[in-house]
Amino acid sequence: MVTRGSVLLVLGRGFVSAFLLALAVVVLYPLLWMVLNGVKSNAELFGNPFALPVAWRWENYATAWNRGVGDYLMTSVLVTVTSTLATVFISAWAAYGLTRVRIPFSRTVLILILAGLMLAPTVALIPLVRMFQAMGLYNTFWALLILYTAFRIPFTTFLIRAYMMDLPAEVDEAAAVDGASKARAFWQVIMPMCRPIIVSTVILNILFTWNEYLFAMIFTSGGDFQTLPVGLTNLMSRHGTDYPVVFAGMVIAAAPVIVLFFAGQRYFIRGLADGIGK
Amino acid sequence: MTVANSARAAAVPVAGAGVRNLPSPPARAGRKDARGWRNLIWVLPAIGLLAAFVYLPLVQNLGFSVLEWDIYSGGQTFVGAENYARMFEDPIFWKSVVNNLWYAGISIVFQVFGALVLAALIEGLRSDRWRRTLRAVYFIPSAVSLTVAGLLFYFIYEPQMGILNAALDGAGIGQFTQAWLGQENTAIFGIIAMSQWQGFGYCTLLFAVALQRIPTELYEAAAIDGVGPFRRFFSISLPLVREMSSLMMIVTVSGAFQVFNEVMVMTGGGPNNSSQVLGTWLYRSGFVKNDFGYASAIATAIFVITLSLAVLQLWYSRRRRVEW
Repeated sequence: MVTRGSVLLVLGRGFVSAFLLALAVVVLYPLLWMVLNGVKSNAELFGNPFALPVAWRWENYATAWNRGVGDYLMTSVLVTVTSTLATVFISAWAAYGLTRVRIPFSRTVLILILAGLMLAPTVALIPLVRMFQAMGLYNTFWALLILYTAFRIPFTTFLIRAYMMDLPAEVDEAAAVDGASKARAFWQVIMPMCRPIIVSTVILNILFTWNEYLFAMIFTSGGDFQTLPVGLTNLMSRHGTDYPVVFAGMVIAAAPVIVLFFAGQRYFIRGLADGIGK
Repeated sequence: MTVANSARAAAVPVAGAGVRNLPSPPARAGRKDARGWRNLIWVLPAIGLLAAFVYLPLVQNLGFSVLEWDIYSGGQTFVGAENYARMFEDPIFWKSVVNNLWYAGISIVFQVFGALVLAALIEGLRSDRWRRTLRAVYFIPSAVSLTVAGLLFYFIYEPQMGILNAALDGAGIGQFTQAWLGQENTAIFGIIAMSQWQGFGYCTLLFAVALQRIPTELYEAAAIDGVGPFRRFFSISLPLVREMSSLMMIVTVSGAFQVFNEVMVMTGGGPNNSSQVLGTWLYRSGFVKNDFGYASAIATAIFVITLSLAVLQLWYSRRRRVEW
C-alpha cells in the first residue's frame, strides 16, 4: 500500500541524492577543467571554455616542468621530507619526555609547548624576517626547515602525547627490567607501538608543508630556492600569457597530495579526526 | 577554513585536560640529580625551537609596534602608541576587519552549519560505498593547496576564459556576467566563495566522523517510535554533535582572521584595497610600503583576536562533554 508518508520519503531520498550528486559535480568539474586546460592550446583556452581539447598537448607538462616546476617540485619534496621528519622526531621525543619520564617543571614545559597551538604565524612574521636576515638564512632552505619544524611542533607533540598517555605503564617497566635505557625504550618499544599516530602526524605534516604559502613566500621568494606554491605564482607572473602551461603546473603541484590522500585515506581521516580533538 | 589552520587551533582544548600523574621512578641512592634535570634533554629541542622562533618573535613584535622603523636604513624611533592610533583611524584597516568578518560569517554558514547538514545527509545514505565515495570526493579540494585552488578560481572568474560567466550565459542569465575579481563590490566575495569550495569537504568529513560516533540504537529507537528524519536530525544528531559544532565555529572564526594565501594569490587585496584582509594589509604595510612599525601593530591586532578566540575555545572544552 502506498501511503502519503512513503511517497514523501521516496521523493525526499531522490531529492537528497540529486543534491549530493550535483554537489559532487560542483567539486569535481573545476578540477577536471584544470586538468583539461593543461592539455589545451592557448587559443582553445579562449574559445569555448567547456570544449574538450582538440589535440591533447601533453608537451605542456614538459614545458611547465622545464620552466621551473621541476625545480619547485624537488624543492617541495626536500622541504617536506626534512621538515616532516624533524617535526615528528622532535615531537615524539618531547612527547616521550612529557609522558614517560620524570622531568622538573613538567607542567610548565607542557603548557609552553602546547600554548604554541594558539599562536598565528602572521603575528611573528616581521621579527622572524629580521632574525633570519641577521642570521644570513633569508632565502635559504634552512629558513623553511626551521620555521616549519618550530611551528608544527606544538600540534604534533599534542597528538603523539595523547597517544602515548594511553600506552600502559607496564611497557616501560618491562623495558626497564630488561635493562634498556630510556632512549632504547623510546626507539625499540614505544615508537613501534605509536606507529598509527606517527603515520597520521606524518601525513598531516606533509599536507601542511606541501601547501604552505605564507612563510614560503616571505622567506624564499627573493632567491632561486622556491617551493611549489610560491613557484606557481611566479610561473603565472613570468609566463602569464601561456596559460595552459600554468594549468599543467597546477596539476603537477596538486596531484601528489591527492594521490597520497587516496592511498592513505584511512590514516588521513584518522589523523584529521584526531586533529580536531576526537 | 584550511586544514592546517583548523588543525592547529582545534587541538587546543583537549590539550589542557588530564596530565597523567606519572609514578615516580624508583629513587636511586647516591644520585645527585634527584629532580631529574638531565631528563630535560627530552623536551629541550622542542622548547628551544619554540622559544627562539615562536615566543621570542612574538614578544619582539610588541616592541616593534611602538617604533617607527625603516627596515632597510635601520632607523628606529620610539613613537609610543602612534602606530595603534594610526591603525584605528585607517579606513583600510577597518575595511580589512570587515572583510575578515564576512569571511568568518559566510564560513560559519557553509562550513559549520552547511557541512553538518551535509554530513547528516551523507550518513543517512543506505549504501556504505556511496557514503565513503562522497566523503572522499568532497574532501579532494582540501588536499589541493589554497594556492592552486586560488589560481584555479582566478581563471574560473576570468571574464574571457572563465567558466562562471560562460555558464551564466549558457543558462540564459547573461546579465549577471561580470569581472568578479575586478570589481570592488564582488572581489572579496569571489575569494570567500572559492574558500568555501576548498574547505567544506574537510568540515563535512569531521562532522561525519562525529556523527558516526553516535550509537545507531538511538536512531533505530526513534524510527520505531515513528520519528521522522527531520526530527531525528534536530533531536538526536544536533545535540550530540553540539560540542564539535562549537569547536568548529571557533576554529573557523579564528582561521578567518588569519586568511592570507588565497587573497594574495587571487587579488593581492585589490582592486583599490577592496578585498584587503588583516594578513594582506600587514604584508602590504610592512613589505611593500616598508612601514614595519605599523605592520607590527596590525600583527598585534591579529594576535589579540586569535588569542581571545583560543581562550574561548579552551573555556568551551573545559565544560562537561555530552556523554552517552
